[in-house]
Amino acid sequence: MSQKKAEKLIDEKDVRIDGRKLEEMRPIKIEVGILGNADGSAYIEQGKNKILAAVYGPREIHPKHQALPDRAALRCRYHMAPFSVQERKSPAPSRREQELSKVIREALEPSIFTEYYPRTAIDLFIEVLQADGGTRCAGINVASLALADAGIPMRDLVSACAAGKVEGRIVLDLNDMEDKGGEADMPLAYMPNHDAITLLQMDGMLTGEEFEQVVNLALEGCRQINQVQKEALRSKYVAVKEQGEKEEEAEAKGEEEGEE
Amino acid sequence: MPIFCERRQLVTPGDLLAENDYIHGENTYRENGKIYATRVGLFYNEDKRVYVVALKSFYLPMVGDTVIGRVLEVTLGGWVVDIRAPYVAMLRASDALERPFRAQKDDLPSLFDVGDMLIAKVVAYDRTRDPLLTVLDRGLGKVARGQIIEITPTKIPRVIGKQGSMINMIKEETGCHIVIGQNGRIAVSGKSPEDESLAIMAIRKVEEEAHTTGLTDRVTEMLREKGEKTKKEVKEDVSKES
Amino acid sequence: MASVMASKVRQKRIAQLIARGKRLDGREPYDYREVQVESGLIERAEGSARVRLGKSEVLVGTKIEVGEPFPDTPNEGVLTVNAELVPLASPSFEPGPPDENSVELARVVDRGIRESKAIALEDLVVEPGKKVFVVFVDVYVLNHDGNLIDASALAAFGALMNTKMSNYEIKEGEVKIKPGYKPLPMRNYPVAVTFAKFNDKLVVDPGLEEEQVMDARLTMTIEKDGKVCAVQKGGDGYFTAQQIFEAGKIAREKAVELRKLVVKE
Repeated sequence: MSQKKAEKLIDEKDVRIDGRKLEEMRPIKIEVGILGNADGSAYIEQGKNKILAAVYGPREIHPKHQALPDRAALRCRYHMAPFSVQERKSPAPSRREQELSKVIREALEPSIFTEYYPRTAIDLFIEVLQADGGTRCAGINVASLALADAGIPMRDLVSACAAGKVEGRIVLDLNDMEDKGGEADMPLAYMPNHDAITLLQMDGMLTGEEFEQVVNLALEGCRQINQVQKEALRSKYVAVKEQGEKEEEAEAKGEEEGEE
Repeated sequence: MPIFCERRQLVTPGDLLAENDYIHGENTYRENGKIYATRVGLFYNEDKRVYVVALKSFYLPMVGDTVIGRVLEVTLGGWVVDIRAPYVAMLRASDALERPFRAQKDDLPSLFDVGDMLIAKVVAYDRTRDPLLTVLDRGLGKVARGQIIEITPTKIPRVIGKQGSMINMIKEETGCHIVIGQNGRIAVSGKSPEDESLAIMAIRKVEEEAHTTGLTDRVTEMLREKGEKTKKEVKEDVSKES
Repeated sequence: MASVMASKVRQKRIAQLIARGKRLDGREPYDYREVQVESGLIERAEGSARVRLGKSEVLVGTKIEVGEPFPDTPNEGVLTVNAELVPLASPSFEPGPPDENSVELARVVDRGIRESKAIALEDLVVEPGKKVFVVFVDVYVLNHDGNLIDASALAAFGALMNTKMSNYEIKEGEVKIKPGYKPLPMRNYPVAVTFAKFNDKLVVDPGLEEEQVMDARLTMTIEKDGKVCAVQKGGDGYFTAQQIFEAGKIAREKAVELRKLVVKE
C-alpha cells in the first residue's frame, strides 16, 4: 500500500482521505467478555484497528519479588501480532512496544483500586491483531473494559483518543497515514468523571495555541468514547436486567389481582 | 434529593450515584462528597445507604467463611490450597491433625493429596499474609463423595436464601447433603447421581435467575415435577436392595 | 531499592513543603537546580557533552557511521538514540538488557531531536537510497539524582552541537575521508522541561526524592521558536488539562534559559 507523496490527506472541502470530517472519529464496534479463560476481556474494531484485551487477576504474583506490599502490581503487555502491519513485524518485543506497555499501564493504574489487593498481580494483555494508527488509545479503551469485565473495582473507566494536526488542520482520531504524513499526533487518555488525564504524548510540532486546541479536541473524543464503552458494558448485561423487570412486573400484577 | 440513579439501574464504574448525606455501601466509593460505583451492577438505595449489586466480582476471604478448596501443593508443614481467590490459602498440619504434628512420622499426602477437595473454614486473613484455613471443626474435611460445582460468588447468598430458605428447600426436595462454600464452590452428595443432578439443576437455576422474585417457589415446583419420577425409582431400588 | 527510597517521614515532609509552595532544597517551584554543561570530553567520539543537573550526571557521546537509509526515507540520514541506566549510577539500576525506563528515556530524547528536525538529515545522504550517514546518540547516565530526562536531552543536544564530521568525497561509490572537519548540520535546538505534580501543585526539575513522592510527571520538549515538539506524561497519577496548559507556558520560558547553556547566541 504505497502512498504517493503528492497525494493529499485532506482535500479542499476538508474531507479526509477516508471520507471523514475533520472532527469525526472512525466507526467503532466493541464487544465485552468474549474470551472464555480470561477473568475479563474485550475486543474493539475502530476503523481498520482490531485489538483484543484480556485481564487475569487479581491473582498470585510470580515472580514473588515483584509483589508490592501495599497494593496489587499492575503488569501490562502491549504487543503487535506479526501480521498486524503492512511489513511483517518480528514477534520479539520492540522498543516501541516496551514504551507503550509502560505508558498504557500508567494510563490505567490511576483508575484501579489496587490498594484493595496487596501482594497480588493484575495482568493485562493487549494484542493488536491489525493496526491502523491510534492503537495505544484503542488498546486502553478495551483494556479498561476488560478490567471492568473482570469485576475489578475501579474509580472510573479510562477513555482514550488521539487528535493532531494534518495538512494544517486540527483533526480527531488519526489513522496510520495521517499519523505518518501529518504535522502532529497526540494520543490522550482520560477519566471523564474525574477530569483526569492519565496518558499524554505528542510527537510533531504545535504552537502553544494549537497545542491547546488539540488537547481539547482529544478530550472531546474521549468523552464520546466513554459513552461507547458504557454502552458496550450495558449491552452485555441488559438482558439480565430486562428479564428481571419482566418478572417483577408479572409479580406486581399478580399482587394487584389478589393472588399470592 | 441528591441521588442520581433509579432503583435497579445498570451502572458502570465511575458513574455518579449520589451526593453528600449518603452512606456508601458495597461496590461504591466516596470522593469529595460524591459517591461513585466501582463495578458494573445494579444500583440500590435503602434509607441512607446506596450500594451496587455487582454483576461480576470475585471472592475475597473473610474470617469465619466456610470455603471449598483444592489442594495445590503439599509442603513441609501443611498444604497450599486454591480457594478461587486472589490469594492462595494455607492449611497448616496443626489445623488438620487432632494431635501434634510429627514431621518424621506423619505422612501429609496420605491425609490430603494434590487435587483433593476440602471443606474448610478461614481462621485468619489480613492484608499482610495469605488466608489460613482449618479443617478441625465438625463438617469439615476432605470431600469424599458426590460432586462439586462452581458458581459466581455473588450468587451464593441467593442460593442460601433468607435464613436458609432456598438451600434447605433444595436439600429436602432432593435428599442431598449440600455444603456451600462462600467462595462459590458447592459440594453436593446424594443417595444417587440422579438426586445430585437434580440438586445441581436447582442451584444452576438459582444462579441464572438470581435477580428475579418468586424464585423459591419456581425452584420448588421444578424439583417436585422432576423429583416425582426419581423418587419413585429410588424407592423401588431401595426396597429391592433390602 | 530500600537504600534509594526516602523514608516515609521524609516523603511526608516533601509533600507538606510543596503544598506550601516550598521545596526541600529551598528552590522555588519553577527553579532548576544548578546546571553545568561541558562539551568535547570524549575525543574518540564524534561529539560529546556532559550535563550535571544538581547531582544527576549524564554523558552523551555521538558516533557517525555510514549505513543504509530507512526504506521509507531514502533521502535522509538516520538518527538513532540509545540510553543506558548504567548500574553505577544508582543502587536501583541493575545490569542487564534495557528496561522500560531506559527505553522510555531514549525514545523521549529521540522524539525531541527528531520531531524538531534538529539535525538536517537530508544533508547526510551519500548515495540516495543506498548510503547515508547514521548518527548514533548514546546516552550514558552516570548518576541518578532525579530528572534524568531533562539532563539527558540537554546532554544529547550539547553532544550534537559538538559533533564534527570528517570531510569526505565519493570515489568509486565509496566514502573517502579527506582532511578537515565540518560540524553536524543542525538547524533546531530542542530542550526538554520536566514537571512533577503533587496534588494541585506543579514543580519543575524534580529531584530524586521528589520523584518518589510525586503523583506524576510531564515532560514538554520545546524547539527554538517556542513550539512544542514532544510531550510525555509519566508515572501512575494524572494531570488536569489546566495543569498541562500551565506547564506548557512555563516550559517555553525555561527552555529559553536552558538553551543558552548550549547555544551561546
